[in-house]
Amino acid sequence: MALSTRHLLGIKDLIPEDIQLILDTAKQFKEVLQRPIKKVPSLRDVTIVNLFYENSTRTRISFELAEKRLSADTINFSASGSSVSKGETLLDTVNNILSMKVDMVVMRHSASGAPHFLAKHIPAAIINAGDGVNEHPTQALLDAFSILEKTGSLKGARIALIGDIMHSRVAQSNIYLLTKMGAEVTVCGPPTLIPKYIDQAFNVHVEYDLKKALEWCDVANVLRIQLERQNTVLFSSLREYNLVYGISKKLLQSLKKEITIMHPGPINRGVELDSDVADGKQSIILQQVENGVAVRMAVLYLLAGERNSY
Amino acid sequence: MKSILNQQQIGLTVNRLAHQVMENHVHLKNTVLIGIQPRGVALSDRIVADIRKGMEDQEIEYGKLDITFYRDDLGKELHVPNATDILFSIEGKNVVLIDDVLYTGRTIRAALDALMDFGRPAKVELLVLIDRRYNRELPIQPDYTGRTIDSIVTQKVKVFWKEKDGKDEVILLD
Repeated sequence: MALSTRHLLGIKDLIPEDIQLILDTAKQFKEVLQRPIKKVPSLRDVTIVNLFYENSTRTRISFELAEKRLSADTINFSASGSSVSKGETLLDTVNNILSMKVDMVVMRHSASGAPHFLAKHIPAAIINAGDGVNEHPTQALLDAFSILEKTGSLKGARIALIGDIMHSRVAQSNIYLLTKMGAEVTVCGPPTLIPKYIDQAFNVHVEYDLKKALEWCDVANVLRIQLERQNTVLFSSLREYNLVYGISKKLLQSLKKEITIMHPGPINRGVELDSDVADGKQSIILQQVENGVAVRMAVLYLLAGERNSY
Repeated sequence: MKSILNQQQIGLTVNRLAHQVMENHVHLKNTVLIGIQPRGVALSDRIVADIRKGMEDQEIEYGKLDITFYRDDLGKELHVPNATDILFSIEGKNVVLIDDVLYTGRTIRAALDALMDFGRPAKVELLVLIDRRYNRELPIQPDYTGRTIDSIVTQKVKVFWKEKDGKDEVILLD
């Protein structure tokens, strides 16, 4: 059994069996991470470059740790401080790196579709670590893994995605993944941050009332307000956003049942999540980060297969 | 196709192997048994059940080890991992590794590497149901053997377990 794809460009391209295989494999890697020696020799002969054209804390550290736990050799590249500032193109940069015998590329870029472009032109396996407003597949996989740990099944689980749906690649990847795996999805946020016709395009429910969305769901995945991608004013102030769409402890306590709170990070404390919610007992935000390493190990492991073929 | 062990013979052989382990490990408190995933576990389940029956007053630690991430042929073919389940320390313990068929020895090599990542055992022994003695590619030998057979590379040994396959039998396929 293997993945149906050579690259992980987005959840859009995966079939449910691929997603299941990644989640099952991640479970075994999570066990590896509990051992006294949290490292296996699986990718000893693989070299991976982490190509980050956009800032990142969690994803970058998580990928690097996953690679090291698999015994792969890693190189880190960030656009700032490189020849990108001298005008070198993306393809030239990558081809130069690959000529030093690199097998896999983990890539983050602010342009949507950048990894898809690369996949057409280079032989190495590519893993999308976030491209613009398009997808962030490993985040959706680790979110699903965390939901699965909490609820036991994705099928029929009720997930609310809350906040900046418009600019969030995490939201798009989550929607693809959850609907493929039979979960029910509601998106909730101010109308200006929810794309029109999203309910028809993606088979999700739209809810503008935060309290109703929270009453409905088992798990609320709260997204960050992506101020860096908003070119026009989409809501009047962060304070107003917090008053209408921010999740407070009081709001959580007013619900009929206890729901689980997730956030892909980084959190804008006091905007989409209040601190006492982010650090409260219903939050699994740090477990998500922990699961991220296991999920990324699974993705790297499954995509590194049959590496003598090119 | 040739039958090597039938149901009754498997029962007797497993029973003997369990007794040999008990004979060599009078005090089981320093001994742990580990079955290799996936096919060794059916055997280790039975060995452990027999030992527990034979030495009711003693507790015995039993775990399962998956060696997929330690294989030496990962670049050639993708292998899907099974669960590893070792919920105790193996530091300073006598480990009995259990697998169904010993063939090239490569699985055991991987298992030894995997084991060392869990700690430093005092001693590691190997128990197998079938030893294909002329096919070794590494210097690895069993300490407890159910049946030794002479086979050539083109032949295949298949072990069926009632729990998984509906019957107990070992056959040699040409």
